[in-house]
This record gives sequence, C-alpha cells and structure tokens, in this order.
Amino acid sequence: MSFHPLMEYDPGRFHHSERKIADEGAPFVFTPERRAKLDEILTEYPPERKRSAVLAALYLVQEQEGYLTANGMRHVAGILDLTPAEVEDVATYYVMFFKEKVGKYVLQVCRTLSCALNGAERVTESLSEKLGIKVGETDPSGMFTLLEFECLGACDRAPVVMVNNEHWHEHATPESCSKLIDDIKAKGEAALSGCHLKVEK
Amino acid sequence: MDPVLTRYVREPNGHTLDFFLQHQGYEGLKKALAMKPGDVIEMVKASGLRGRGGAGFPTGLKWQFVLKDTPLPKYIACNADESEPGTFKDHVLMERNPHLVFEGCLIGCWAIGAKVAYIYIRGEFYHVQKVLEAELAKAYDKGYVGKNILGTGFDCDIVIHRGAGAYEAGEETALIESFEGKRAQPRIKPPFPAVSGIYNCPTAVNNVETLCNVPGIVLNGVEWYTSLGPDKNFGPKLYCVSGHVKKPGVYEATMKTTLRELIFDYAGGVRDGHRLKAVIPGGSSVPMLLPDQLDIPASFDDVAKAGSMLGSAAIIVMDETTCMVWVAKNLMYFYRHESCGKCTPCREGGDWLYKILTRLENGEGSMRDIDLIASVAGNIAGKTLCPFGDAAAAPALTTVKNFRSEFEDHVREGRCTVPSDWRGWRVAAGAH
Repeated sequence: MSFHPLMEYDPGRFHHSERKIADEGAPFVFTPERRAKLDEILTEYPPERKRSAVLAALYLVQEQEGYLTANGMRHVAGILDLTPAEVEDVATYYVMFFKEKVGKYVLQVCRTLSCALNGAERVTESLSEKLGIKVGETDPSGMFTLLEFECLGACDRAPVVMVNNEHWHEHATPESCSKLIDDIKAKGEAALSGCHLKVEK
Repeated sequence: MDPVLTRYVREPNGHTLDFFLQHQGYEGLKKALAMKPGDVIEMVKASGLRGRGGAGFPTGLKWQFVLKDTPLPKYIACNADESEPGTFKDHVLMERNPHLVFEGCLIGCWAIGAKVAYIYIRGEFYHVQKVLEAELAKAYDKGYVGKNILGTGFDCDIVIHRGAGAYEAGEETALIESFEGKRAQPRIKPPFPAVSGIYNCPTAVNNVETLCNVPGIVLNGVEWYTSLGPDKNFGPKLYCVSGHVKKPGVYEATMKTTLRELIFDYAGGVRDGHRLKAVIPGGSSVPMLLPDQLDIPASFDDVAKAGSMLGSAAIIVMDETTCMVWVAKNLMYFYRHESCGKCTPCREGGDWLYKILTRLENGEGSMRDIDLIASVAGNIAGKTLCPFGDAAAAPALTTVKNFRSEFEDHVREGRCTVPSDWRGWRVAAGAH
C-alpha cells in the first residue's frame, strides 16, 4: 500500500540501501587451535569485558573462512555473550574485515595523498589492467581481489600495496606490481615478502 | 642535534632487548620507580612535554588530571593507531625501538597508578605488532614487565590490542570505544578519559612518540630536555616528510628547525626539475602553507601562528605538477570514507563536498560550486563532537582560499589544466 495518493508503492524505487545482508556461509565453529587462541586473548581483558576481544575474534573468523560470514559472526556472538547484531555492527564498521567473498590474495593499493603523489593511480590502473578486473572486484579464478585503501602509514615508501592485510609491497610501480602478480601466480604465498625496512636518518 | 629517539634505528639489532639494555635501556624506569609517582608527574610537567599525537596538549597535565582517589583501576592507553595521512613516525619507533615504547608505558603507569597499559595498534601494522609481541615476551621473561618489576613490588602488564582499520580510532574517545569492542565513534566530552575512559575507568591516552619521550626526561632530567628546542616546544620531535621530495623519511630534530630546512636540507628538497607549490605541515587535516611561509620553526606555536597546525608533524610536499582541485578531492575522498557517521555535519557534509569537488575536477562544475565548498565546509568545521569535522573541512577550505584560480580554471576550461607525470590515465574509481 502507499501512503500517498499519487505514488505507487514501490520499495525498489524508494528504499535504497547499500547495506548488504551478510552472507550465511557454511556452518561455522572455530577450529580447536583458533578457539584456544581466542581463549588466550580473552585472558588479557577483565572477565566481564569479553567484548574487547571482538576484533580479535573476527580476525580469527576471517582467517578461517576468508571473509566474515553470518554464521561466523553468530558463533563469535555466542562466545562473547553479545547479540549477533552487536557483532555485525562492529564488523561492518572496520575496513579490514571483508564482508563478502574475496580472492585468495587481496591486493589493496593505498590511494591517499602521499601515495597518490608518487603514482598510486597508475599502480591501481596497471593492476586493474593486468588482472582484467575493476577496483572492488575479484577475478573469475577467485585468486585476486583488487581494492583501494586509505593511508597505510608508510608514506616514505610510497606507493604501497598491501596484500592480505599484512604483507606490504613498497615503492610499487606498474612494473613491480606486474612482477608481483606473476610471482604470486608462480610461487603462491612465498612471493609475499612482507615489509622491508627502510629508515632515513 | 643528535637523535634521541631514533639514534639506533639503523642498527641491525637495535630493536632487541640486549641492545636496548646496553644503551641505557630501562634506566629511566629504574629511576622513576625510585621516585614518588607524584614527583614523576611533576617532572614531566616541568619538562613541558606536549602530546605528539596532534593536539600538543601537555602530557604532565593529562596525567595529573587522572583521578587519584578512586577504587576503580586506572589505565594507560598507548595510541598506536597512526592513521593521519602522511604520518609514519610511530611505525619506526615501534618497529625499531619497541622497548622504549614499553619503558614509556611503564613509567606512565607508575606515575598515574595504573596496573595495565594497552597499546592500541592499527590493524595494518601487523608486521610491527609481531616485532612488539616478540620483544614484549622477552621483556616479560627478564622481569621488566609483569609482576614485581625490578624487585620493586610494582606490577604492570602491557597488552597489545589490534585495531581493524579505522582512521577515527586515532581520536582518544573513539580509540576507547574501539578498544571496548564497539564501533570507533567518539564520545561526548566531558567526561574526559582522565575521569572516565576505558571501561569507564580513569585513563590516560598518550601517543607512542609522547611516551617515548618520557624515559629520556626521567633519566636525563628536565634541564637537558628543556635545552632542546624553543620555549614551550621542548624536546626532540620526529618529522615525517613525504610527497614530492628526494629523500622522504622520518627525521628527528628539535622544534627550532624550520620547515624549509626540513624539506630542503633533511629531505633533500623537491625532486629535480620541479619547484615547490604547497606544503601540508602536519598531516592532511591541517591547512596548507605556501612556499613563502616556510621560514618558521616547525614548532606547535609557530606553525599555529602561521595559520596552520603542527599536528602529527607529517609534512607532505607538493610540486607544481599537483592539481589542487585534485588534492582537495583526494583528501575529501579520504574523509568521506573514514567519517565514523556519528555527527551529521561530517557524515553528510563530507559526501557533499566530495561530490562538489568531483564535479569541479571533472570540469562539470560551476563558479557557484566554488562558493558552495566554503559554505558546506564552514558548516562542518567546529560543529562535530571530535576534531574530525575541522580536519575534513580543512583541505577543501585551504585549497579554495589559496588556489581559487585553479578552481576557476577548471570551470572555465572544463578540464584539468595542470600537466602531471604521475597521475593515472583515468581517475581510479573508488569502489569500496
């Protein structure tokens, strides 16, 4: 029904929401090792403040599933005595949690000023071309996801590409990124070099 | 000046406990534990140490404000959520000098009577976190952290807490919210964290670099500390220089050093064949300075006098290939993306500004849009709970103020007229 005489009831037209309903995913239980790790993390906070461990728990879900599933978030809610809504509320706020299925390697190019001044736009474009996907997409093989990221705090090594939330590739150029993709395809995880240290005095 | 905080960052083993102990490591802690907590606070107050996170608030005062007579536990929250664009100093400190961070945390805990220090580190610094965790385990083993530290009966734990990617978590009350396992959104102040912080207990939130300054003050005394730097801006300061310079990096200097020296002497100047166009002196949230405004000491007070802020001392240098409309748009994208969504002016206004700037940058804007920027930005600044609103308005306001002709060129020409050798062929689409 419509509340306006001249307007038809059309929820598709009037109720735009960019919010995606979390993917159910597979039934979820932490592996014993991850559960033990979470229990260890919980000891760092006062017993009645289990909620503080919610980010750590969500990282563990992501590690196990690749992204945050509704089942995973419900499992976390059960352990931390929260409602599923409270967990989802937190999970959807932080950018390092993937809310939908992503590739095995998530390439995140820093796009904020210092990186952009050193050519991050070209890096993003070359990666996009090389992988044949746009920013925000996963390639058909499910291997790579390309994303842009806000300032990583490594502006002296700009531009920076972060792989899987932990490995940094600094001083990125279209050529070095092309090589990185080839290396990952050939060697897998071994191609990720982590963070190189370079400190100027 | 000889570097104090970053003296050993280039040593291969500079981050290890053994190396740290050979170079006066934990000596400041020993001295502090022999003093009364109140005397430590007085000493930090007398040193004039100002918070290095951005606001420059005196650290001694912050510690003094922490409630004394309360049955509640007290906490130190070390703010290692270094997210201000252009800032990377804490990254170096934590990765190459982790024990100095721990020592600062422990002295802070002793001073305010806390039993736990939480280090809230941003999620992207996972490789740094691994260094911190490994070194923390060694410090626990050797009895520098944990129960009965150095046989004095003082118990203090240090816990490393990983964030998950939120610029807003760098604001002290938002950091506390995030730490408690909620969205990183700021709280209404007062009550300040010193009265009601983590778990509604008295908390002192200090930046990593601030805490790293404390051991030196305790060990070498107030006179040594105040001999470094100009009045009211004492002590060593880390500057992060990035952008179009030859040698971007972290440089340690006193706050007597001028911005021009930092850019041209320390960082090697603007890249060859180009000339300076504009400088952001303290992270993307502060107003820009023009090349003729750089002959001022890079201190909190002098930069403020010039109409900007020292902020987190992140100096971003731009040469003449930089289109200022694009800069405003790039930064506005950041603020629109990172706005926590709590206050309407920042949440909605940020999006509007981004849309207006995109329109202008694409050459589809009108002259009216240029004034609209000032109007919208003016309605964000100062009208939000946390300083994020001011920060979000600053890039748009100062670019229009200083480079209005470029905005007008975009409207007149219908395109960007600034040639650049580093821009993408098409504007990378932000699709998050």
